[in-house]
Amino acid sequence: MLESFNFRVIWEYMPLYGQCFLATLWMSGLALLGAILLGIVACAMRMGESRSLAVLAGVYIESIRSTPLLVQLYFFYFGLPTVGIMLPEWLTGVIALILNSGAYYAEIIRSGIQSIHTGQIEAGISSGMNYFQRMRHIILPQALGMTIRPMLGQAIVLVKDSSLLSLISIMELTRAGQLLTSERFMPAEGFLTTAVFYLILYYMLKWFSNWSEKRLVFKEAR
Amino acid sequence: MWGFYFQELMHSMPFFFKGVWMTISVAGLSLFAGTIIGFIGGIIRAGRNKFLSAIVGIWVDLIRGTPFLVQVFIIFFILPSAGIELEAFPAAVIALSNLTASFICEIVASGILAVPKGQSEAATASGLSYYQQLRYIVLPQAMKTIMPPLVGQYVLLVKDSSVVSAIGVVDITRVGWLTVQRVPEGLMVFGLVGLLYFAICYPLINLSGRLERRMTVVNTKL
Repeated sequence: MLESFNFRVIWEYMPLYGQCFLATLWMSGLALLGAILLGIVACAMRMGESRSLAVLAGVYIESIRSTPLLVQLYFFYFGLPTVGIMLPEWLTGVIALILNSGAYYAEIIRSGIQSIHTGQIEAGISSGMNYFQRMRHIILPQALGMTIRPMLGQAIVLVKDSSLLSLISIMELTRAGQLLTSERFMPAEGFLTTAVFYLILYYMLKWFSNWSEKRLVFKEAR
Repeated sequence: MWGFYFQELMHSMPFFFKGVWMTISVAGLSLFAGTIIGFIGGIIRAGRNKFLSAIVGIWVDLIRGTPFLVQVFIIFFILPSAGIELEAFPAAVIALSNLTASFICEIVASGILAVPKGQSEAATASGLSYYQQLRYIVLPQAMKTIMPPLVGQYVLLVKDSSVVSAIGVVDITRVGWLTVQRVPEGLMVFGLVGLLYFAICYPLINLSGRLERRMTVVNTKL
């Protein structure tokens, strides 16, 4: 297998890989941003005063968490056109990624906020802080420290999950491997190169995660 | 029209149940193999041999850093060129066992490392061998930390098994994909597919949550 490994073909396909690498990067970046925003909203709904909003957010989070992303992706890809919503493929993919990761971010943020001792909030109230001051100075700084690692972990999952977009024929890293397989019949070259690009992203995020733990996490947050 | 498609869908229910059975057999076999390999890997990872531990660490990183879809393609398309011909089903089971094992490995290793050092020191002082320490002192205590994420991992396993539909294993997702070509009601077809996954995953998610709560109660009592 390895003695016939063809680096020349990989070099020839490098522009394609670069393009696909960027596509993976911006699509997962966009999805990450959307997912964190959606997560904050869903979490606020779930923990808020309104009972019906809390139930709504709960149903959303539970149904996302107990079905595979691929099924959600197909659900939107095959389902949206039948109700008359025509979107470009990449947008369908990014929306599916946002909805999927949003549910996980909601849970991460919730566990971060819940990990803060009620005594801290009570102390804030008795010091005369209002809701936003408590959020700004007491809850969020601690919750951020507690959640930065699981958040980056979910970001890694999101980048890897974006590979499923290749199954609805969106051009991204995994698709590049598939092209090399179908055009030149070189699956080893194609998919191992793809894997290397994903590993680059993985190690970058992992390094950042370790760095942020040293710098940002207050070990004795409680 | 909707009613007609609903009828069609009801007629293909036996097909869907075959898909459920396929998902359960792929996930079940991988669960079995992945748990055994994962426990062995975790014990090595937390063990004293630095060299073996580092090798297991690299394996875990390689599996965690690449998307499962790419791993499936590598196993399915590249092993044949190395002279190992695989059908889709065994390739799926190998890929999924490998993935699960790498995650369980980390869960087990961190569970073992969470057991206070005094426990194994006391065991050494009582004259227990390394194997006896693991069997009678460390693992039984580590199980408390291991169990909740382990069950959580089984949920991920069921969900990740949907990806093997990409190499033609006729699981629930693949059945949905085949059906949607005939019954062009994406929302309905993949809604049903999602429900079937939900029926498998939701009890597991609940079990994981209950185990986690029980563990925290025990910890606060101490």
